[in-house]
Amino acid sequence: MANTIEVDGKQFTVDEEGYLADLNDWVPGVATVMAGQDNLELTSEHWDIINFLREYYAEYQIAPAVRVLTKAVGKQLGKDKGNSKYLYSLFPYGPAKQACRFAGLPKPTGCV
Amino acid sequence: MSEIVKKFLYLNRRAPYGSIHAWEALEVVLIGAAFDQDVSVLFLDDGVCQLIKGQDTKGIGMKNFSPTYRTLGDYDIRKIYVDRVSLERRGLTPDDLIEIAGEDPETEEEIENLVEVIDRARVSALMNESDAIFSF
Repeated sequence: MANTIEVDGKQFTVDEEGYLADLNDWVPGVATVMAGQDNLELTSEHWDIINFLREYYAEYQIAPAVRVLTKAVGKQLGKDKGNSKYLYSLFPYGPAKQACRFAGLPKPTGCV
Repeated sequence: MSEIVKKFLYLNRRAPYGSIHAWEALEVVLIGAAFDQDVSVLFLDDGVCQLIKGQDTKGIGMKNFSPTYRTLGDYDIRKIYVDRVSLERRGLTPDDLIEIAGEDPETEEEIENLVEVIDRARVSALMNESDAIFSF
């Protein structure tokens, strides 16, 4: 049986690891609800990364590995944010895995 | 972590769609990039078609993953080669191929296009000097 999460009264299908089945279904509420399940409250810093990931995916059709994400974030959002300490402070379950899940992307390629 | 750096060569020999080889090869290259080895990627035979610009897969119901090749530079893969003979035999020129940007590891300077079209002598040399060749 497929798993679902409820966002604003609407059901969204997710896979067994909690990633959204169809990224075209994504609405910002998905991220908010998923974060709530992980006991996180999303701040504008979180949204910067989530939006960054969605843009990266739109351009390259993959979710970046964490090493690549770190470097790219540093370039785009400033060196102080392009390090794994900062990203882990926002996404304690792993910036690539957790942030990609909130962003509605599949699990990142090269993620161990 | 092993400190011995080996030379890995990934050979892409097949058309991008119609089989899973091209996409699987790209995933292996991206995952393998985490291991800090000396990686070269060579597009040969029908594999040169993987890099053709402006692919549109709507009609075949498959995901167009050609934009993903442009992340190779982000994954610190800088040795990207295309066999000139394979390209010419298919009526293609370097201008028909996507460009993959990268960065010089020493100077951090932007490199506009890492894709290098090479002749058969370089292809042979590349194969000879590799420790491991993965053919897809």
